[in-house]
Amino acid sequence: MSLDHTLYVEDVQEGQEIPTFQRQTDLMHWNRFAAVNDEFVQIHMDDEAAKKAGMTGAFGMGNLRYAYILNMLRAWAGINGDIRRLDVQHRAISYKHDVLTAKGKVTKKYAKDGKHFVDLDVEVTNQKNEKTTLGTATVEMPSKMAHAKAR
Amino acid sequence: MTQSKDIPITPGLKAYIGREISRYHSQPIALSDIRKWAIAVYWPETPPRLYWDADYAKKTRFGGVIAPEDFNPFGWPVEKPKQMDFSDIYAELKKMGNSLNVLNGGGGAQFLTPMRPGDVITSVTIIDDIYYRQGTKWPMSFIIRKTTWTNQKDETVRISTNTQINY
Repeated sequence: MSLDHTLYVEDVQEGQEIPTFQRQTDLMHWNRFAAVNDEFVQIHMDDEAAKKAGMTGAFGMGNLRYAYILNMLRAWAGINGDIRRLDVQHRAISYKHDVLTAKGKVTKKYAKDGKHFVDLDVEVTNQKNEKTTLGTATVEMPSKMAHAKAR
Repeated sequence: MTQSKDIPITPGLKAYIGREISRYHSQPIALSDIRKWAIAVYWPETPPRLYWDADYAKKTRFGGVIAPEDFNPFGWPVEKPKQMDFSDIYAELKKMGNSLNVLNGGGGAQFLTPMRPGDVITSVTIIDDIYYRQGTKWPMSFIIRKTTWTNQKDETVRISTNTQINY
């Protein structure tokens, strides 16, 4: 994954859908994430424990879906964009082998205190197009105008 | 898991709103901690060089490697960090018929200053709110935690909220 590009606020349109980020997840993804986040929770590792908790089997971490949304935003915004906020609600469980797709749509462009921001609606859907995670994000972006002035 | 109808919480639960849950310091962040985090969240793809290649990162506007926004510098403590005892909260929830199964209800964060290798992060968490609602399957409690992270220069790194659901 490369971040070697710059997206300027002038190149963003309200209503625009941004490129998705997709993973089909299983224990290979969950265990790696558990290891770095120190998130060793039985329901994410063991089918029996998850069944005892009323689910059909072990399921993935909401925090990993959060990371997938950040990956999507970063890939889109490039090296000179800054993700300033990401708020989400987890609405459904993601099970082994689900295909998770992070999606985003620009809802607003605005300037504040001389900085340029883009708001987005974001979500993570599964292969049945069920929304497992819903949220909103704000990305700060460079402006071509400021870039031209600085030259 | 659509929520509807609010259910009043007990005075015992209300008394916990605003209380500090924890205050602790990270170990200095290592470059390899950031690299491993990036590998995990991008698996099986190679993560961006900004998170592991010091020579590359030096030439960017950051001047060095930074951590992904959601990086957690508090993993793998030698001693379990002290935090407020939740047993009284769980006892109150049990009184309300809660089975104390746990789900991550989501949350969010404002990202203000990037974390870098060598940073030592201080985390302070409070209970911001507690409420109870009837879900489609079960009555569910929502415990909202608000956490502020600052670095060794007293810069605010991030302010986050997290919703713990018990059902």
